[in-house]
Amino acid sequence: MKLQKATYCALYAVLELARDPDVQLSATDIADKYNISANHLAKVLRDLGRAGLVESVRGAGGGYRFAGNLKRTTLFDVIHLFEDVSENERARDSQADTDIGNALNLVLREIDEIAIATLGSITIGTLLKTMRWRTERVERDQENA
Amino acid sequence: MVRQEFHKKMNVDGVTFIIRDADEKDLPAVTDLHAYNTGQHKPDYWEETYHRYGDSNEGFFYVCEIDGVFAGFIIGEVRAWEFGSEPCGWVYTIGVNPEMRLKQVGTRLFETVCEQFRKAGVGQARTMLHRKDNLNLSFFRSQGMMGGPYIELEMPLD
Repeated sequence: MKLQKATYCALYAVLELARDPDVQLSATDIADKYNISANHLAKVLRDLGRAGLVESVRGAGGGYRFAGNLKRTTLFDVIHLFEDVSENERARDSQADTDIGNALNLVLREIDEIAIATLGSITIGTLLKTMRWRTERVERDQENA
Repeated sequence: MVRQEFHKKMNVDGVTFIIRDADEKDLPAVTDLHAYNTGQHKPDYWEETYHRYGDSNEGFFYVCEIDGVFAGFIIGEVRAWEFGSEPCGWVYTIGVNPEMRLKQVGTRLFETVCEQFRKAGVGQARTMLHRKDNLNLSFFRSQGMMGGPYIELEMPLD
């Protein structure tokens, strides 16, 4: 699955802000960390703001902070803002009404459904938690080596 | 071999959980919870499942109680498959009383059954869910489970 640049920017921003929901970060802070364009990220953050996933804080020390729900907001909620990942996407394919087009679309729809089920079942909280677990496991393994 | 009774009491964040072997008396609560979750009332099925996993050495059928109230159940077994699978801990099903949600009942049950899998010498826990079952998919993901190397395939036999 290949994601567009804007989607990666959105995921980096949401996950970085959700890592500590009390912290506010500027677009430049996040862009520098992930080596992405601050201008591009600023546009993505506006889209995320409209979707209620981040909010901007004005004034000195202002920036953006996470405004979603760690236990409810999923990767799908972020990705679908920037990618067309709906299950009906295949039906709009111009070849869908031929026998070969139909057969191919059945296979591609299966892949889409698995992708949607996967992205829709991983919350931002789960991703951050399992990321921490993996880091701790690697550290433990290194200590035991 | 005589089955060793399982009974574990734990206090987490001020909540006292008791996780124990399922008893025949738990079957109405298990049957009702399953019916609530799936819309299917199957007392005979649960009776049979209890005799297979609950009062034998075939697997683990645990019930969780909070303050003496039925809070949920889990069933697991150690199984090996064909196609070269090493034995693994298989989570057969899990159910949480909707009135006891957000108390970490599922987590405590899942941790307990995983502990038994480890004691049985297996290094991997697995389960299978419908891809539209977002509630349970999200739960198992939050416990650290990810898509594994096996893919379920099926076809209609009509």
